[in-house]
Parts: sequence; structure tokens; C-alpha cells
Amino acid sequence: MTESERFPSPARPDRWGHLRRFTDARIALGHAGSGLPTAAHLAFQAAHAQARDAVHAPLDVGALMAALIERGWPAVAVASAAPDRTTYLTRPDLGRLLSDESQRRLSEPMTAPDVVLVVGDGLSGTAVQTNALPVLDALVPRLQAAGLRVGPIVVAEQARVALGDPVGALFQAKAAVVLIGERPGLSAADSLGLYLTWEPRPGRVDSERNCISNVRAGGLAPAAAAEQAAALLTAMFARRRSGILLNTTAAAPPPELPD
Amino acid sequence: MAFAQTLAGTRYGFPDLRTLLARASPPRSGDALAGLIAASAAERVAAQMALADLPLRHFLTEAIVPYESDEVTRLIVDSHDGAAFARVAHLTVGGFRDWLLSEEADAEALAALAPGLTPEMAAAVSKIMRVQDLIAVAAKCRVVTRFRNTIGLPGRLSTRLQPNHPVDDPRGIAASILDGLMYGSGDAVIGINPATDSAESMTTLLSMLEELRLRTGAPIQSCVLAHVTTALKAMERGAPVDLVFQSIAGTEAANRAFGVSLSVLDEAWEAGKALKRGTVGDNLMYFETGQGSELSSGAHEGVDQQTVEARCYAVARRYRPLLVNTVVGFIGPEYLFDGKQIIRAGLEDHFCAKLLGLPMGCDVCYTNHADADQDDMDTLLTLLGVAGCTFIMGVPGADDIMLNYQSTSFHDALYVRQVLGRRPAPEFEAWLGAAGIADAGGRLRFDPAATALPPALPLPQEQS
Repeated sequence: MTESERFPSPARPDRWGHLRRFTDARIALGHAGSGLPTAAHLAFQAAHAQARDAVHAPLDVGALMAALIERGWPAVAVASAAPDRTTYLTRPDLGRLLSDESQRRLSEPMTAPDVVLVVGDGLSGTAVQTNALPVLDALVPRLQAAGLRVGPIVVAEQARVALGDPVGALFQAKAAVVLIGERPGLSAADSLGLYLTWEPRPGRVDSERNCISNVRAGGLAPAAAAEQAAALLTAMFARRRSGILLNTTAAAPPPELPD
Repeated sequence: MAFAQTLAGTRYGFPDLRTLLARASPPRSGDALAGLIAASAAERVAAQMALADLPLRHFLTEAIVPYESDEVTRLIVDSHDGAAFARVAHLTVGGFRDWLLSEEADAEALAALAPGLTPEMAAAVSKIMRVQDLIAVAAKCRVVTRFRNTIGLPGRLSTRLQPNHPVDDPRGIAASILDGLMYGSGDAVIGINPATDSAESMTTLLSMLEELRLRTGAPIQSCVLAHVTTALKAMERGAPVDLVFQSIAGTEAANRAFGVSLSVLDEAWEAGKALKRGTVGDNLMYFETGQGSELSSGAHEGVDQQTVEARCYAVARRYRPLLVNTVVGFIGPEYLFDGKQIIRAGLEDHFCAKLLGLPMGCDVCYTNHADADQDDMDTLLTLLGVAGCTFIMGVPGADDIMLNYQSTSFHDALYVRQVLGRRPAPEFEAWLGAAGIADAGGRLRFDPAATALPPALPLPQEQS
């Protein structure tokens, strides 16, 4: 008799593992007493650790700016009025405003663009680091080919979705696309969201935006997200509105914005 | 009316009751966000001292949200039971705390008092209570409700089985239901948060749960947590609606943001009662609340988030609900920053609701941007178990893949039942044995083949 036969594992597997093919929920985990088996417990801890790290990982603004400039796209780095991560998490109102210095930086006279692209860290710098450039690589050429004037790309730290409103107002842009890190879940910590607003100005509400969410490897592919965004922008420029009033099936309005 | 308190030579003034309550509230990020939080720890204690000296009677003379403009205030004032209040009418808030802790305040006395208390009185006394006070008094409260089984009996702890799926796939939901039932979860309700809020989708899911119930004889109630107006439409279509659900808030304006009013809730309650689907009772409403929802819709009316949360309970108790729960950590760190704030808020909500006579449960939960983890949830879960919490959630592996937050798992419920000697609702417990889920000694068998569950759900018996 081997040792494992004499002492069977105290963790008991569940007999319905075959049902996992119907759902990503954590079913049939087995049990040790009434608790989780060690492997299932640590798998959960690992997923939570990745989500927590994604919330707190700072966006590497320097690297992102360099990559944008390398592509020949003008870019400008700004910050919201939330000076640090803790303030950002507790004061969503500050994440929707530009810092005084950033406001000055964006106030220099310029030709009003048709579309302003804002890349904000949001709740996952990891998501932006991983997925923003692939979306932009597919989106910017499409917009340019459609004859739309794309303004300087704004890279924003400690940003909420609505930070696109004051940016859009300063640029006098007709539309804004905010690419922002979504609140990390246990299954994915690197989801990017795209929020599109016609005539972005302070005071816009969530129902006036269109959302494309879950942009990541294993979710909505960046190129597909860019295609959806371009289609939404085409509809916005045709109908001069956005959000639920746009009444399109291309993308549902957000059920809950991460702001 | 203005209030003042001198502490260590400094005089602190509070212009009205609403401000006094806000400054006395234990610290939380949502009150800071709203600009209502005490400016210092000393100011908070000064406010608590002033509050402790305030006669309970004062709450009947000063509304914190105007009577004329808010139907929740009108409900609170107009439904106040003066005879029930008489027992404590002579007390200050501080004296009331002492009375609640005394032996005189037993289950019977507390139940008799409940209609005489306003939410603001409950909130006020909670603000001068420590965690152990919140637990000790709540543990004395008895609130029993019935639909197809009996919830809230002494020594019992129930669970809502929450089998959500990101696209409402019936087989995905069924797989999670089987998982939960094998772990003995689901006596409070099998409650699905739908990804799509439509009467059609609601009817599909309810029909699956009805089939499960009829084929297995389970004494359970089901719920699809769609908007109450969706439930009304589903009932018109003849859907098998057991519990009628709605998220509610503590001001008229915040309820409007949820798309409800007392008249809409009245209509849904009447429609639910008319179906006469309960077998052992007719408590059929299910409400969810949670600190911060009023502020998030800009409708908190200058009231601190814990006090305005307590006002939800005045709305809830109008409908004699089967279940109420506070989804305490769902809203995010701008309202409850970390584990410490979530833990206290969960215990406050449970205490205030029980004191006001409600069958209060708690979604012990957090999001990934809050400074909280599984250890914090274990702490709150254990404390709520000791406090006699009516029910908790059961989510596969604590990971809700539809709502993207972490709640309590089926395992967590087994843990707290085991360490505290709590059992599920008696009818459900008996069924677990009869259905082959548990053995004659009440121990779970973890063997679906010994039950009739897979064919009663749209699931294969064995791997094909």
C-alpha cells in the first residue's frame, strides 16, 4: 500500500467538474472540511493580487508618449486634479477635472480637431499599457482615412471617463474617445474601455456616452474595438449626438461607468 | 435646532439635526466626498456627546429631509407608532443605548418597540455604539418571515444562492445552482441578477427555477432581480414570480433615480400577493440597499450615508418583506474605503434594520479597487454570524462573474454554520435530507447522482 493510498488527500474533489464547460464561474472547487482546498484558495488569491496590482500600477507615461511620438502622432501628457492614487480612489470628482497646470497646457491656441483621443489610466494602468496602443494603431489610420482631423493624443494620469469633457471643451473638439482602464475583475485585470461622447463638454452625463468595453486579449480584440469605435463615430457625425439618443445597436450604452 | 458641545475647552457647534448626525458618524470616505464628515476626531466625539444628550422625542419634531418634498419622510412620520414608542419616549439617545444593552431589552421588548422607532433614531444610537454593541443588540432581535419556508428562526442562518452568468445562459446558471445546492445553499432564495433586464428573459429564467422546484419538491423561493416594473410585466405575462425584487434608497429623489416610488412598489406588492404563491406565509418582497447609493445619484439631501441608508428600512418595512440585504462593499472605495469601513457599515446596517424589525441579511462583499481582501470578508462574515444575520450570499468560489465583485462563497456559509452551530431554514434542511443532498445525519454527501437534481435542471447527469 502506497502512502497516498494509506493517506488519501484530505481535500475532496467535487464530482461535477464536467459542468465547468457551461460557465466560467468557480464551480466544483472541491472542499477541505468546509473550506477551500489549498490550490483553489491560492488560485483566488493570485487573481485578486493581479487585480490589486493593476489598480495600483502606475501608467508608464514616458514609454507611452515615446511610442506615440515614434508613430508621428502629436501627444501631450496631462494629469487630473487628483494628485495621487489614494485621492483618486476616494475623490472621483477630482479625477474628472484637469489639474491647473494641465488646463494651462491645453489652453494654447490650436485648430479645433474633429476627434480628440484621450488615453487615461483609469482603474487599471495595466490595461492601458497592454491594450491602448493596439487600439490606436487600428483607430487613428481609420479616422484619418475618413477625413477626420485628429487632435493631439492626450495621455492623462489619475483620469476618470469624464476627464474627456474638459479636454474636449478646451480643444473645441466635436467628439472625444476616451480609452481608459476598467475596474479589474478576478478573471481579467487588463480590460480597456472606450467611451465616446459627441461634443464633449463639462456637464455631460453617462447616458450621453457610448461604451465599448472588455477590450483585451481573450475579450474584444483591439482591432474589432477600433472598428466599432469608427462605426459609432460615423453615426455620431451623421446624427450629431451620442449615447442613448444615438439609438444604434453598434454598442450598448454603459450599464455602469467606472467613474 | 442648533446644538453645541464643549470638549477640552473647544466649543463645537452644529446648526441642525442633519449636521449633528453627519458629524457624529464614524469615519467613511463617502461622507468626506459629500463634505459632511467631521473635521477632526475631536469634533466627531463632541457631536456624539451632543447626540447622546438629545431626547429621542426630538426626532419626532425635526425632519432631516423636508416632509413637504420627500415621500420617505412622510412615510416615516405618518407611520410612526406613538404607543410603541412610549416605552423609550423618556430616554435620550445615550439612555436609549444603555436600555438596548440592558436585560430588559429582550427579543419581545425589541419587537414591540420596532414600530415606535424611526430610522433616524436607529441611526443616531448606532453612531454612539461600538462594534460589540451593534452585535450584542442585533443578536437579541428576532425577525421571522415566511414564504415557502421559515427564515430567521433562532439558531438558523440562511443563504441566497446567487448563480449569475454574464449572458444569462440557462445551462451556465443551472451549473452554478447545482453547485450551490450540493453545498446546501439556497434556503433564503435562489436569486439571479439578470444581465438583460427584460420580462422575456426573466420569464425564461423563472420557468427554469419553477421546473426545478416542482420536480424536486424543494421548499424554495426564486427571484430574478430585474427592475420592479419588469417584474410587473412578467407577472402580466403569467411568469411564475415568487419574490418581487427592487433596489431602494432613503430619499424620494434617490428612489426616482432607481425608477421607483412608493406607489410603484405598492402596485408590485399587490400584484405579487394576488398570485398567492407562498405556502407557509405571504412575505414576498425582496429589497436591496447599501450605503452610498443616495450620494452616487446626487440625491442624499445633505444627509450622511449611514443615516440615509437607515431611511431605506422605513420604505422596506412598509411591505413586510421576506428578505432585505445591504450590499455593503459593492459600491466602491469612494463610499467605503477599506475593510475597516466596510466591516463597520455592514454591522451598522444589520443592527439598524433588525432594530426596525426587518429580516436583514448582508452581501459581505468588496470590489478590487477597495482596500479590502478575503480576510476582511471572513471577519465581517464571522461578526455578522454572531450578530444573528438573517442570510448571506452564496456565490461559486466567492467570484461573481457577472457583477465582477467578490461576495461570500458556498464554502463560507458552511464555515460560519459550522463554527457557530447555525443551520438552514428547517423546511429546507429537511428537504436536503429527503432529496439525497445530505445524509440522515445532516452531513452533505456531495454526490449529484444520489439526487434528482441534474434532470430537474437542464444539465447532463455525467460527463458525455
